[in-house]
Amino acid sequence: MYKSLAEICEIEKREGIPFWKIVQQADCVETGMPETEAFEKMRVMYQAMKEADDSYDGELKSASGLVGGEGKKMQEAREAGMTVCGRLMGKVMEKALKTGESNACMKRIVAAPTAGSCGVVPAVFITLEEEKHFTEEKMIEAMYVAAGIGGVIAHRAFLAGAAGGCQAEIGSASAMAAGGVAYLMGGDSEAIANAAALALKNLLGLACDPVAGLVEVPCVKRNVIGAINALAAADMTVAGISSKIPPDEVIDAMRSIGRNMDEDIRETGKGGLAGTPTGVKISEQMEKLG
Amino acid sequence: MNLLDIIGPIMVGPSSSHTAGAVKIGLVSRKLMVEKVVKADIYFHGSFLATGKGHGTDKAVVAGLLGIAVDDSRVPFSFEVAKEEGMEFQISGIDLGDAHPNTVKLNLTGESGKEIEVIAASIGGGRIEVQEIDGLSASFGGDYPTLIVNHKDRPGRVTSVTARLAECNINIATMKLYRTVRGGDAVMIIECDQEVPVESIKWLEELEGISKVTYLSLQG
Repeated sequence: MYKSLAEICEIEKREGIPFWKIVQQADCVETGMPETEAFEKMRVMYQAMKEADDSYDGELKSASGLVGGEGKKMQEAREAGMTVCGRLMGKVMEKALKTGESNACMKRIVAAPTAGSCGVVPAVFITLEEEKHFTEEKMIEAMYVAAGIGGVIAHRAFLAGAAGGCQAEIGSASAMAAGGVAYLMGGDSEAIANAAALALKNLLGLACDPVAGLVEVPCVKRNVIGAINALAAADMTVAGISSKIPPDEVIDAMRSIGRNMDEDIRETGKGGLAGTPTGVKISEQMEKLG
Repeated sequence: MNLLDIIGPIMVGPSSSHTAGAVKIGLVSRKLMVEKVVKADIYFHGSFLATGKGHGTDKAVVAGLLGIAVDDSRVPFSFEVAKEEGMEFQISGIDLGDAHPNTVKLNLTGESGKEIEVIAASIGGGRIEVQEIDGLSASFGGDYPTLIVNHKDRPGRVTSVTARLAECNINIATMKLYRTVRGGDAVMIIECDQEVPVESIKWLEELEGISKVTYLSLQG
């Protein structure tokens, strides 16, 4: 696992190996797994993401009843031509909700990087595969790009809401997805790192404030903003807009913000939305259930 | 940590700590029992108690005890599976003091009448730590074949155990040693890179000064 995105960019410049391959090679050295076998394991992850999307059930409700049916509503609105954002963005939103909801309803998902943020990467990747017709091989390479970015974030900062707030979960997932999209759009390592930085910057400071401590409100809908933000970051990168703060420094900023965050907004279900009168009321109702 | 820890695991939601980790605690406890669990008293502490219902922590632990994996779609239906397989269980709360917020105590009975008590915590990202077995300290994550040897704190005990492992060509990944007081009860926890053969475990059980050997196999 690499300690910085700058290091990966340097290796690409020096040796002409693409980002995804650099990341894969380092991982295979660590795990002792042959590269072809590792690639197939990553394929299993991507296919599991697609299965989660396919098997979405709009009739399910979460344990608290707070979550369920949102992805279905989004799909209906998109298909009826009611949405402002159009087909591609509508699909991304719909898929982010679907996977997030499936997670809340105890269905099978892929943590990416966490269960709470499991909708971001698949929403972006599966939509792009469907709409832009990338090959599955290319998508798996993008999965490596995303995982590589997540690895650097895990090393320099954190991926858990309890450690660094929602910026560490949805923020990281968004940065991972953004880098993957930059790669799919033909970007090199610099572009990948830039897209990740732009995405993460936009979500710095995001609190982890789940109502009743459950991975439901606001987690499911935050997957939507993570996914849309990833596309925006990738498009800004394609347009040649660069992050004025270098990517690794953005990750370090995320760590320092997380360290300064009060415990109340780090997955304790106390502060933020969880601490609102309505949030507290829901929490009390859940406690009665035991 | 490797790349499949960043993207992955494949799991049944909603929470890696409150659901996936809870399943894993059940799975590891079942393996420590070695035989089929027929009765389970489950005590939730801290955040497991407060938000367990909403995260399906109860269903997750029961699923693990039944041998249902972290990514198995039957996790939310484990209570029904328990009924079909004849595993009795009861769930209640407990205050374990300053234990990790995601801690559970399990009192399990196996089909032969064998009993075991396990205290374990879900420490994040689906990883767990078994902290106590039958009232004695332990500390391992269940990611390696693990040998737990309860013995008297006397010179040479560690050597006799590790020598046997060396003879079997088993490499030790990590090793921890605790004792209550000097010369008192002690426990060694050895995480291995290879599985320990049944004969070696039996041999260790016969060794002088060793009161109990518990083994966590990752096979089956």
